[in-house]
Amino acid sequence: MGILSSSVSITRYNVKNKLTEPVMENIYNGLRKNTIEDIDKDSADKTIGWTSFENPYVPDFEGSSFVCGSYFIFSLRIDKKSVPVKLINKFLSLETEKRLKETDRKFLSRNEKKIIKDEVIDLLYRRIPAAPNIYDIIWNYEQNSIWFFSNLKAANEELETLFSKSFNLTLIRLFPYTDAYFIKDLSDTEKDLLTNLSPTKFSE
Amino acid sequence: MLDIAVAYNRYKFLGHEFLTWLWYLIENDRKSLTNEKNEIISLNIGNKVVFDNKTDNNTENIVIKGDDPGLEEGIIALKKGGFVTEIDFLFQEGEFQWKFIVKGESFSLNSLKAPETGNIEKKDDIEGALLEKIYLFEKPLLLIEALYKKFIKIRLSPKWNTEVVPLIKTWISK
Repeated sequence: MGILSSSVSITRYNVKNKLTEPVMENIYNGLRKNTIEDIDKDSADKTIGWTSFENPYVPDFEGSSFVCGSYFIFSLRIDKKSVPVKLINKFLSLETEKRLKETDRKFLSRNEKKIIKDEVIDLLYRRIPAAPNIYDIIWNYEQNSIWFFSNLKAANEELETLFSKSFNLTLIRLFPYTDAYFIKDLSDTEKDLLTNLSPTKFSE
Repeated sequence: MLDIAVAYNRYKFLGHEFLTWLWYLIENDRKSLTNEKNEIISLNIGNKVVFDNKTDNNTENIVIKGDDPGLEEGIIALKKGGFVTEIDFLFQEGEFQWKFIVKGESFSLNSLKAPETGNIEKKDDIEGALLEKIYLFEKPLLLIEALYKKFIKIRLSPKWNTEVVPLIKTWISK
């Protein structure tokens, strides 16, 4: 669910380190180099990349279109193709029949069967368009903070990987330990205490 | 800092304790519910609380759901050694209301419903709408951060074992 939806889920991140100057140009370059690529006419089954918030199906980061006030806003897009097994089996069966007739044989070798299967899968993946999943991102650069609009484990992992590849910066997910660790006025002694904590028993 | 994956699993209990502590404050000590500016805020339990109770080999999952849910069963779960894993909160500020779920394990905010914003009628409206949304999302996020900071400071102090835990135990055993 995106930023403008009526209901959203947010995973928070801390961004370790800063980009080198010029920041805007580096962000633009990171986004452009890792922009999502279309796989609809391709046999690939999955693609991941950045896209623009306002027009996620025609990514365009020109003219600082990813800047909104003091924030950077863009989206992670994960396109996936899914071919039902029944469809693969149907085309596999038809293609096998055709090959047997053409060669006037009753059986195909294991290797031939594998080749036909690969050809069928390749053909089907080229025909089926990929379903897009779009996850919005708000980057508060000054505060080193990112809000990622999804709590799906797979989407969060893809974000962490692509962000590191694009900007050479590490994202640290905020959960109970990291959130406590990053509290600004936590002393070294308190950080040690934090590391050594064990669960409280509220029941007798 | 510890390895992230190790830290995530090892310190899940902090999120569960935080939610238990928050529930205790909502029921018993509302003046301690303050935001980042130290102002008392209106935070209530919404329509869902989830508990886990680890028995010998199993984890029992207890979900209390519904409008104005009776949380007596939740107290029983705590008495049996269970812990709060997620709470649906209602946060009110003036005439505005936010509804969101906090999961203790991940601290992600789920199903966050912020006050409604105006319709976007033309492209030029988008930037204003985004900034308004950011402002509205920031409210519950800052609130939870402020409350968690307060919790951590207490949790790391001797006050946790000498004052807070006995009070929560008394509340549970009532």
